[in-house]
Amino acid sequence: MALSARDRLIKSKKNNSYGELRGKILVTLCALIMITATISVTVFLTTKGLQSFLVNSVSPIEFLTSTNWNPLGDNPGYGAFPFIFGSLAVTFLSALIAAPIGIGGAIFMSEIAPSWGKKVLQPVIELLVGIPSVVYGFIGLTVLVPFIREYSSGTGFSILAGTIVLSIMILPTITTIATDAMGSLPNSLREGSLALGATRWQTIKKVLIPAALPSLLTAVVLGMARAFGEALAVQMVIGNVRALPSSLLDPSATLTTIITLNMGHTTYGSIENNTLWSMGLILLIISFVFILIVRYLSSRRKI
Amino acid sequence: MTETITEHKTVFDVKDMNLWYGNTQALKNLNLEIPENQVTAIIGPSGCGKSTFIKTLNLMITRVPGVHMSGDILFNSQNILKDRIDLVNLRKQIGMIFQKGNPFPQSVYDNVAYGPRIHGVKKKKQLDEIVESSLKDVALWDEVKDRLNSSALGLSGGQQQRLCIARTIATKPRVVLMDEPTSALDPVSTLRIEQLISELKNQYTIVIVTHNMQQAARISDQTAFFLHGEIIESTDTGSLFSVPVDRRTEDYISGRFG
Repeated sequence: MALSARDRLIKSKKNNSYGELRGKILVTLCALIMITATISVTVFLTTKGLQSFLVNSVSPIEFLTSTNWNPLGDNPGYGAFPFIFGSLAVTFLSALIAAPIGIGGAIFMSEIAPSWGKKVLQPVIELLVGIPSVVYGFIGLTVLVPFIREYSSGTGFSILAGTIVLSIMILPTITTIATDAMGSLPNSLREGSLALGATRWQTIKKVLIPAALPSLLTAVVLGMARAFGEALAVQMVIGNVRALPSSLLDPSATLTTIITLNMGHTTYGSIENNTLWSMGLILLIISFVFILIVRYLSSRRKI
Repeated sequence: MTETITEHKTVFDVKDMNLWYGNTQALKNLNLEIPENQVTAIIGPSGCGKSTFIKTLNLMITRVPGVHMSGDILFNSQNILKDRIDLVNLRKQIGMIFQKGNPFPQSVYDNVAYGPRIHGVKKKKQLDEIVESSLKDVALWDEVKDRLNSSALGLSGGQQQRLCIARTIATKPRVVLMDEPTSALDPVSTLRIEQLISELKNQYTIVIVTHNMQQAARISDQTAFFLHGEIIESTDTGSLFSVPVDRRTEDYISGRFG
């Protein structure tokens, strides 16, 4: 006797219900672990980061604006402004270098030479991703710093060196996302423009780039987020001084380099240790801002 | 029967044209004259080469890797397959409408002004005039005149297709190629595009690919029937549909296959 459609549905549900449930529990568990980890880190960092202000009564205004970082002196100062400035400076400067090159490379791959461009550039980018940051720092230290020392009066350890190392490190991020953005544009846009007698370059400049703009900006912001969080490679070439730099060739320090350099020799719970946590909190907050920007840009995606 | 064709100047003269995708021959020995200010319909079942054919007329087909062609296509007595031709200039004179409206993700105004701008029109006043007259020609002006600056993607499918026609005629082409322009539209929008085609033929030469035989019968002056990459029959539309010479044409138009 033939089963009715309803019976068949119920039957099939019964047959699979055990597997369904198991799968559902498995993935829900994964999601819960991720959420818990994120929340725990955020809560921990927030409570630790606020301690220097609440327990040690370091003035938040001083922390954010003063340029006097001298936690061990007789008259201690807790101004982290030079490091906040240093972090933001290398982030924006490296984006300034890497964004045009990365987007240019993406356009080359998707529009100019889609077949062999991808064959050559794709492995190059994957290789760049695979190189550990300590190697980038080591190369920067061995090649870049002496080179800058040769052509300037300083030591070579500088914002410039940090910027160059970072821009190479974030190039793959920007290029990969920008390539996806260009590749996801419908072919009908290219055909529509070419059929009107536009040249390939006019099509790229006036139709494709504007259409992909929100995604391209997302690529740049994600690259910046990567640069902002990078510690090791920057630390090896930036010089790590407390003073506010006055030129690109001056040594400087970033939030991440100060944390990695000082966390080892400060005691847990001391004022200096707590101010390092506050810097960690600032890193988290600024990264959060980057994420908000990315979300805003994705919501404006046109296609 | 031949009068209607011969009294018009020939815009395209296709002679012994063959086309291959790699080793596969897609078009075989085509011969077709396309008269000025007439609507030429290309009909035939899926895969018969009609879209390939229309894309050779503005050489969009050369974007496909591995395509090669032989024979001649004379456009204004210039052989576009042999002479070193300026693609920009050719496509400025031969506009193209695609299956699905493909407006750029920009404002209505910028869409229509795109062609004139890339061809060197800079004055705002002149652009305004072109945009207005082009939109009026496609009967879209009244619907969009209050939202020229909002995104073209907010228009309905039929409006988008008419916008694309406006964008094409804004460059003042001589020929408008249409590749199944109504296949993605509802019957009302289809009817409006068909009316539009009948009006536009006074100013432009139109070549339309359609899988809809009633459409070809309604709007075209001349029809070519394609099958397996060959032109089986091409003549004025009235004769082709009432007294087809070839058996295969008769089978197709009477719905026996395709």
